[in-house]
Amino acid sequence: MMDTILLSRIQFAVTTMFHILFPTLTIGLSPYLVLVEFLWLWTRQEIYYRMYRFWVKIFAINFAVGVVSGVVLEFEFGTNFSNFSQRVGNVFSPLLAFEVMTAFFLEAGFLGIMLFGWEKVRPVIHFLATCLVSFGSILSGFWILTANSWMQTPAGYSLVEGKFMVTDFQSAIFNPSTLNRVGHMTMAAFEASVFTVAGLSAYYLLKEKHITIFRRSLGMALVTAAAFAPLQIFLGDVSGRQVFHHQPAKLAAMEAHWETNSRRGAPFAVIAFPDPGRESNSFEIAIPDGLSLLVTHSLEGRVLGLKEFLRQDRPNVTVLFWAFRGMVGIGFLLFFLVLWSVILWRKKKIFENRTFLWTLLVLHPLGFVATELGWIVTEMGRQPWLVYNLMRTEEGISPIPAGNVVWSLSLFLVIFLTIGSSYFYYILVTLRRGPDLASPIPLVQRPGGMKPLLEINRKST
Amino acid sequence: MDGFGLGIGILFPTARDEEERDQLMNSIAPIWDANQTWLVLGAGAVFVAFPVAYGVLFSALYIPLLTFVFGLIFRGVAFEFRANASRKRPWNRAFFLGSLVAAMAQGLTLGGIVSGTKVVGGRFAGGPLDWLNPFSLAVGIALIFGYILIASTYLILKTAGAVQERAYDRAFWSSIIVLAFMILITFWTPIHYPLVLKFWFHPPRIYFIWCFPLTGLMAFYVLFKSLEARREVSPFFCTVVFFLSGYLGLIASLYPYAVPPNITFHGAAAQPETLHFTLWGVAITLPVVLGYTIYTYAIFRGKVEKAEHHY
Repeated sequence: MMDTILLSRIQFAVTTMFHILFPTLTIGLSPYLVLVEFLWLWTRQEIYYRMYRFWVKIFAINFAVGVVSGVVLEFEFGTNFSNFSQRVGNVFSPLLAFEVMTAFFLEAGFLGIMLFGWEKVRPVIHFLATCLVSFGSILSGFWILTANSWMQTPAGYSLVEGKFMVTDFQSAIFNPSTLNRVGHMTMAAFEASVFTVAGLSAYYLLKEKHITIFRRSLGMALVTAAAFAPLQIFLGDVSGRQVFHHQPAKLAAMEAHWETNSRRGAPFAVIAFPDPGRESNSFEIAIPDGLSLLVTHSLEGRVLGLKEFLRQDRPNVTVLFWAFRGMVGIGFLLFFLVLWSVILWRKKKIFENRTFLWTLLVLHPLGFVATELGWIVTEMGRQPWLVYNLMRTEEGISPIPAGNVVWSLSLFLVIFLTIGSSYFYYILVTLRRGPDLASPIPLVQRPGGMKPLLEINRKST
Repeated sequence: MDGFGLGIGILFPTARDEEERDQLMNSIAPIWDANQTWLVLGAGAVFVAFPVAYGVLFSALYIPLLTFVFGLIFRGVAFEFRANASRKRPWNRAFFLGSLVAAMAQGLTLGGIVSGTKVVGGRFAGGPLDWLNPFSLAVGIALIFGYILIASTYLILKTAGAVQERAYDRAFWSSIIVLAFMILITFWTPIHYPLVLKFWFHPPRIYFIWCFPLTGLMAFYVLFKSLEARREVSPFFCTVVFFLSGYLGLIASLYPYAVPPNITFHGAAAQPETLHFTLWGVAITLPVVLGYTIYTYAIFRGKVEKAEHHY
């Protein structure tokens, strides 16, 4: 029979890994909608109105699942990690409260207008609603990442008899890792969403349906991807170096780096099979001095090895090593995809090259995979700590019987399986139906001098 | 705020056809999420202001609280999934059951809090099913009828014709049931939790505690009269006052205990710096939130159209 600690950890992992998929799309798709609506109001081309009404259907379905799976997490701090909640509440809980007050209310409040207020408000108010929903979603990402970052690199606190007291909220909120983690995650949401739009647009182009709309969608998505993909690699590097400075055990595990290098640079392991029992890698292909170069920007930089840390203070090397490589690999893969798109664009073949379109379609979920892998790295890498170097995970759980968690975990698995498959089903239904070109545009939205959409469908279905 | 949303869900099976179900859903579709966010704020507020209470209560009430969340999950996704589905029945059921389970679980939570929680050394020390007893079951059922009542009065505001007529009938009989339960629970609470009796009959509470049931009874009387007179707006607001009198009366009865019978609000509170920081934040953001909440309600005011909202 598994114990409460392990079960609670698994449950939290399951609930967060399910939840994170949805805000990722919300945060990334909403600015795209802002751009599309702006272009609608600015150019009066009907195509943008139809694009918006199409992509917002997906946005709405996604948003709802994000909200309900998020409520779970707010409760889970108290139900499964009440010792943690009671001890860090002073510092941690205001960040969540601000998330609700400044971000959740904003998103939820203006979503109603965004989805249902087409006929009820002036176009500029509707556009404002779209902007505020987007801003709210990014803001909620900011707050939750400040809270999570505080757990990773705590600041602005003092420990009094085991309880964390806040000394300076500014330091707590803007702790050493907040800004780069906010940047890296927000960019991840942007990049994952934009490649999803690209992939789904490619699907329609392959089927030669609604070509005009989806050429425009794909084009816009690829232009933004061209900016995001390289930027994300840069932000990843910044994050990595921050981990090197503040969480050396995590970095050592991510790189399966056992021995602190003393005379020369630390090697970068491209492939490795870590053997935690023997405190070494049973097999390794490494680039000499690579790791030093990467994290210290010098060929001989000293990188602490895992052996510097007590066994009970080391995170899981195997998981971290491979998850990290997976995430980085995807990051570079998406970057190469962008390069390919640039080449095709210059040859003016970007919408015709079927191999490219198929690749976009098949690879489009990768941004989400990378996001999950990144979270695995950062959270499992934080172990055995709940608050880094200050509170262990096992000290933070609730005084409840394991049976409670068996009950809730089983239900979560069943519920998420049901909701998750329904989600995909209804997204597919929406995709099948395609953009609605027939519904009349609400009177208030119809501009003078609108440029109507002339849709090309090569196949008649 | 979330209550009438849940109530509409509970009333879902009473709708005669799919079109009426659309009407019911449309009456809350643009606002259910914002309403639910008040609930999220509530839980967050407990965490911020009284982290010890948050920790102890959420451990003690693990099962009803997570059951509540499970209900909310199904209720929430039902909106979007049903709108996109050709076969609506499974999501009609999900909407109903999710709302019902959520309401019941809320009542069990509330009853569980009043029933008292075992605390040792500032941490929860009781069993997983301590909250389950006839009292909390009664509170759960009372809450279900309470939400039916408030949803019916909301529908009186938002609908017309046959649907509105049925809403009047429902408001009428549910108000009687709710009154009966309120009286039952008012008398049962001191039996279940004797400390309350001591509070009620001693100064300073003895001077004002009777205001709450009195306000409640008055609100109930006005509600009854306005239903009879077929007023449209007043029933909803009377019901709100009725609910508030109950909640405020409960808090006034339990004070100073945040976690009866051991932990006081004072003892559970976060450090002053946290409270100040949060208070400032709330003082600035709350008026803004209320402002645009009222704005959104104003935009969606008026009777619900028959046609389904689509986005």
